[in-house]
Amino acid sequence: MRLDHAIISDWIKPNSRVLDLGCGDCALLRELKASRNTTGYGLELGIDKLAKCVEGGTPVIQANLDQGLSPWFEAQSFDYVIMTHTLQAMRHPEQLLKEMLHVGREAIVTFPNMGYWKNRLQFALGGHMPVTKTLPYGWFDTPNIHLCTVRDFEALCENLGLRILAREMVDSQQQSRPLMRLMPNLLAETAVYRLAAK
Amino acid sequence: MPATLPPDSVGLVIPQTLHFDEPLELDSGKTLPHYDLVVETYGELNAARSNAVLICHALSGDHHAAGYHSMKDRKPGWWDSAIGPGKPIDTTRFFVICLNNLGGCKGSTGPTSINPETGRIFGADFPMVTVNDWVRSQERLMRRLGIVQWAAVIGGSLGGMQVMQWAISFPHALRHALVIAAAPKLSAQNIAFNEVARQSIFADPDFHDGHYLEHDTLPRKGLMLARMLGHITYLSDDAMRAKFGRELRAGKINFGFDVEFQVESYLRYQGASFVDRFDANTYLLMTKALDYFDPAAEFDHELSRAFAATEAEFLVASFTTDWRFSPARSHEIVKALLKAGKRVTYAEIESEHGHDAFLVPIPDYMNVFRAYMGRVSTEADA
Repeated sequence: MRLDHAIISDWIKPNSRVLDLGCGDCALLRELKASRNTTGYGLELGIDKLAKCVEGGTPVIQANLDQGLSPWFEAQSFDYVIMTHTLQAMRHPEQLLKEMLHVGREAIVTFPNMGYWKNRLQFALGGHMPVTKTLPYGWFDTPNIHLCTVRDFEALCENLGLRILAREMVDSQQQSRPLMRLMPNLLAETAVYRLAAK
Repeated sequence: MPATLPPDSVGLVIPQTLHFDEPLELDSGKTLPHYDLVVETYGELNAARSNAVLICHALSGDHHAAGYHSMKDRKPGWWDSAIGPGKPIDTTRFFVICLNNLGGCKGSTGPTSINPETGRIFGADFPMVTVNDWVRSQERLMRRLGIVQWAAVIGGSLGGMQVMQWAISFPHALRHALVIAAAPKLSAQNIAFNEVARQSIFADPDFHDGHYLEHDTLPRKGLMLARMLGHITYLSDDAMRAKFGRELRAGKINFGFDVEFQVESYLRYQGASFVDRFDANTYLLMTKALDYFDPAAEFDHELSRAFAATEAEFLVASFTTDWRFSPARSHEIVKALLKAGKRVTYAEIESEHGHDAFLVPIPDYMNVFRAYMGRVSTEADA
């Protein structure tokens, strides 16, 4: 299991109701069903990925996250609303974070950390927008329109009145090292947060 | 006409007529003392009787969903794109049943049948039938065939409404409900189109208050108009533009009222050929069944409560350019199922074909459909 998936799985209580936003081929939801006996749905825009979810037996709704969650879901209808590597591609990330905590008790969010030292190096020394394995696109064709650093994200949580219940940092080797806890904004390639409303 | 049958066709099929003697009380309060249902089946029922799939037809459909009746047939059954060996409803894995609904005109008891009380053709005296009546008659058919639970009940448009009614009325009788290009009830605009269709039939001097067959005639003009109107609502603006544009049949304007534009020619052809294969009274009944369908009405108009007792898992699908039953109408169904906490998958298929898209083998649509039915089949084998 990928480390970020393993971290999320550790956080989730057995038999929970889970919503996964931008669920892709539903790999995470299938893992959570196997390890935590969760129920719930995926949300996905891409029809090819949707067909993969269907093959794997996970209920999935084809929907555009930029149109929000309220057209589909009632308040507090999930234990966890998860969004992995999708926040940065949203038109209104701050609204979506609020909506996640409207339809769910807790939100779990992962995103690529722009403050990661390799990104900084490319920008500072190379003088160009970072292109890495995690962020493989050119500036002109990237779906990632709202990139942020660990520091930016935590400032937004503070602003929105969101409580950070837990955070974990992952590097490009899919590892979490002690030093990363000390300097997450510099050393984490991917940040994983568990949030609740205040 | 197929010179040889395509390998993914169910081939030549023969419909059968089943007679039912147990009276059927209808929602209208009237009773059908006995009735016939014409059915077609494809594939084989497995030993566990777990692979049966029911197909519900739409307004102008019938029991002939797939394959050919003879090598002279110009076209296969109405849903041949989805039913056959290797197709989403794979007849090497499923036992597929499709019937002509009560009130139909293709052999099941309907307005063209003889009224046992009078010995004359029913005509306009055939009682109104509802989606609920149909589903109750289909449930009797299911018992007759020795099937305890459908692997899936599947339908598009008015057929999708029957699927929802099945899940609500007989929660334990189906494992999967596939609701395609449907709506939880008609909008005022939908009813308005149906009313214009009905009025055009009524206005035909050959209608004779619905007893035209006894007068040895047909309300050809009226039914043709109704069908022409219907066809406009089945296609999208884009599809019509792509198919016909403003193309002129003779290449120039003639300043007359004969057919000039290709779209006029298409509509007249569709309307005229429909009259030869469909009964006007059946058309009237089907449009009323559509208008009346509103399963939430019994649940304080709360659709999620109507779905509360359902046990089936749902696949709901809509098509982007369908304006008759637009994606927003499918959203209502999905939202109600989500609120009720049911297992539901929703696909919104990109298509330019309007409402007709549910009959078109669009690759994205077929992929999701096939993936879903693949799972249904795996469960049926388990």
